[in-house]
Amino acid sequence: MSDGAPDFARNEGEFGSGEVPPEYETEETVEEYKTTTQRIVAVLKRDKLALAGAVIVVAFVLTALFAPYVAPHGPEEQFGFMQEPMSQSTGDFDGDGSMETVTHYLGTDDFGYDVLTRIVYGAQISLLVAFATVAFAFTAGTTLGVLAGFYGGWIDTVVMRGVDFIWAFPTIILGVGVIAVMGGLGWMNVVVAIGIAFVDDFARIIRGEVLSIREEEYITAAKAVGMGDGRIMFKEMLPNAVSPLIVQATLMVPFAILGEASLSFLGLGVKPTTPTWGLLIAGGRGFISQAWWISVMPGLAIMAVVLAFNTLGDGLRDAFDLSEGEVN
Amino acid sequence: MWQYIAKRTGHAIFVMWMVATTVFVGLRSVPGGPVRAMLGQEATPQAVARLQADLGLDQPLHVQYVDWLGGMLTGDFGRSITSSEAVGTLIASAAPKTISIAAFGVVLGLAVAIPAGIIGATRRNEPADYTATIGAFVGISMPAFFIGILLAIVFGVHLGWFPVVGYTELSEGVVPWLKSIVLPGIAVGLPYAAGVTRMMRSSLIETLDEQYMRTAVAKGVSSRVQLYKHALQNAMIPVVTIAGIQLALVLGGSVTVEIVFGIQGLGRLLVNSILERNYPVTQMTILLVAGIFVFMNLLVDIAYTAIDPRIRYGGEQS
Repeated sequence: MSDGAPDFARNEGEFGSGEVPPEYETEETVEEYKTTTQRIVAVLKRDKLALAGAVIVVAFVLTALFAPYVAPHGPEEQFGFMQEPMSQSTGDFDGDGSMETVTHYLGTDDFGYDVLTRIVYGAQISLLVAFATVAFAFTAGTTLGVLAGFYGGWIDTVVMRGVDFIWAFPTIILGVGVIAVMGGLGWMNVVVAIGIAFVDDFARIIRGEVLSIREEEYITAAKAVGMGDGRIMFKEMLPNAVSPLIVQATLMVPFAILGEASLSFLGLGVKPTTPTWGLLIAGGRGFISQAWWISVMPGLAIMAVVLAFNTLGDGLRDAFDLSEGEVN
Repeated sequence: MWQYIAKRTGHAIFVMWMVATTVFVGLRSVPGGPVRAMLGQEATPQAVARLQADLGLDQPLHVQYVDWLGGMLTGDFGRSITSSEAVGTLIASAAPKTISIAAFGVVLGLAVAIPAGIIGATRRNEPADYTATIGAFVGISMPAFFIGILLAIVFGVHLGWFPVVGYTELSEGVVPWLKSIVLPGIAVGLPYAAGVTRMMRSSLIETLDEQYMRTAVAKGVSSRVQLYKHALQNAMIPVVTIAGIQLALVLGGSVTVEIVFGIQGLGRLLVNSILERNYPVTQMTILLVAGIFVFMNLLVDIAYTAIDPRIRYGGEQS
């Protein structure tokens, strides 16, 4: 071989080399792993609307938790009937012998209760029931979905048929039906009545996730080292599928609030000593021509908290890159 | 295509049969049975036995089940316990009211949602888009009964344009009938419109980003209108699905909205029957509402054959 001749065997030259031409080079970046909490914080930093939603949600939760300190009056304290918003009452309300003047920022209702106070106390039941409902649907739906996705076969068929079946009922009708069977007195009954309608949403999502995770190498590895089915499902698979579930839970809370409000508006909800938002709206319905604020104010409270949850949920959904078809 | 329609119809019938069976079993598994629940804990055993015989509840369960299913298929739905009227009569007087409200809500909802969604997608990040998006967001955040109350206060009490209470039969004239369902119809239609608008917007945006849309431009589809028409046919598929599923919102909403407007529809019938423990009425009303929902979604599935050629030519197996 002479010196000047090109050495084809070495595969040099413009296109012959093993190197990729720069314009075809793809940047390979492995996305840095972030925990779910880190990702949520990142969303809140970037998405101002979601942050606003989160702030309002937290404000409502704190209001509910500290209702006795936040509410201007006691839930059973009575004033003049149907006083307008921003009207004032004068009298000895704290029993110290001197007269004081208090302002009813949102007016008083047909029993003379302060509307703002009732809304603050109502937040306790409305939010508690909503969170419990989603927790129930989350637990039941996730368990069913994981089992269906992991085992497949007849378990999958039975679970997915059941899911189809739940879907055949409008939420409220399903809730009302469950109340008809169980009676609507305790708050657990209401939680189950509304929660059943959401089980299918969680089950569908987690089943899809499990189906795609099932073939991953680390699952094969876990099986190879003799890990039990239960441990694989709930220790290996579930943590890797948790983001869409969290997004779904955030998106379900507003529906649960609306569902609870509808049931109690119908008179089929929890029957507590201080009414829920739905009951407050129902209570003011007969007085819309004389005192619109009795119904409208608790309705605005529902709207504010649901709107806040929806903006937060939407922000999370975009951040976790889930399409609207996938979640909810 | 016919095979697809037959399969969907079969599935709908199967779901309805399961719903019926669950309602049947559910109401019979009430602690102490429905009769105990109706008469109260202090009822004498004789009274319980008599009512049980009246309702046929002393028969073995499988006999009851066959009787009940047979009765439903032949149009014999049993009698109300409190008024001894035929359940069929009660439902026949209540259902048209609910269906009128729901139908008005759906027509109005679609008439608002589809243009709003298209405007939102085609004029992204312009004021019109923001208005549609914010409107839709507020719409999904309000319960239908609250919208109903707001409408009643503004258009009924203050402006006096529409009645606040009651329902006028269609036989008494089209205009009074329309006037009586406008406000409840809007109340159930707005949350529905909100959901459909959001889907319409995001689906159309997604379609406009597809490769074949770029191909269409490259091929020389010049006018924007033509381009949007091209995209719309594909974008409509998920919208139709959501429009069917969200009917649940309309049906559920009309149950509560009827109460706001004092209309004696299915919602009022259902709630009263539950409070009175009037089981024959409860079970038929639940079945009817679930049946309407399943039937409407069957129609939606069949509508796919018109908009999705993959199904029309038997390609889609799902």
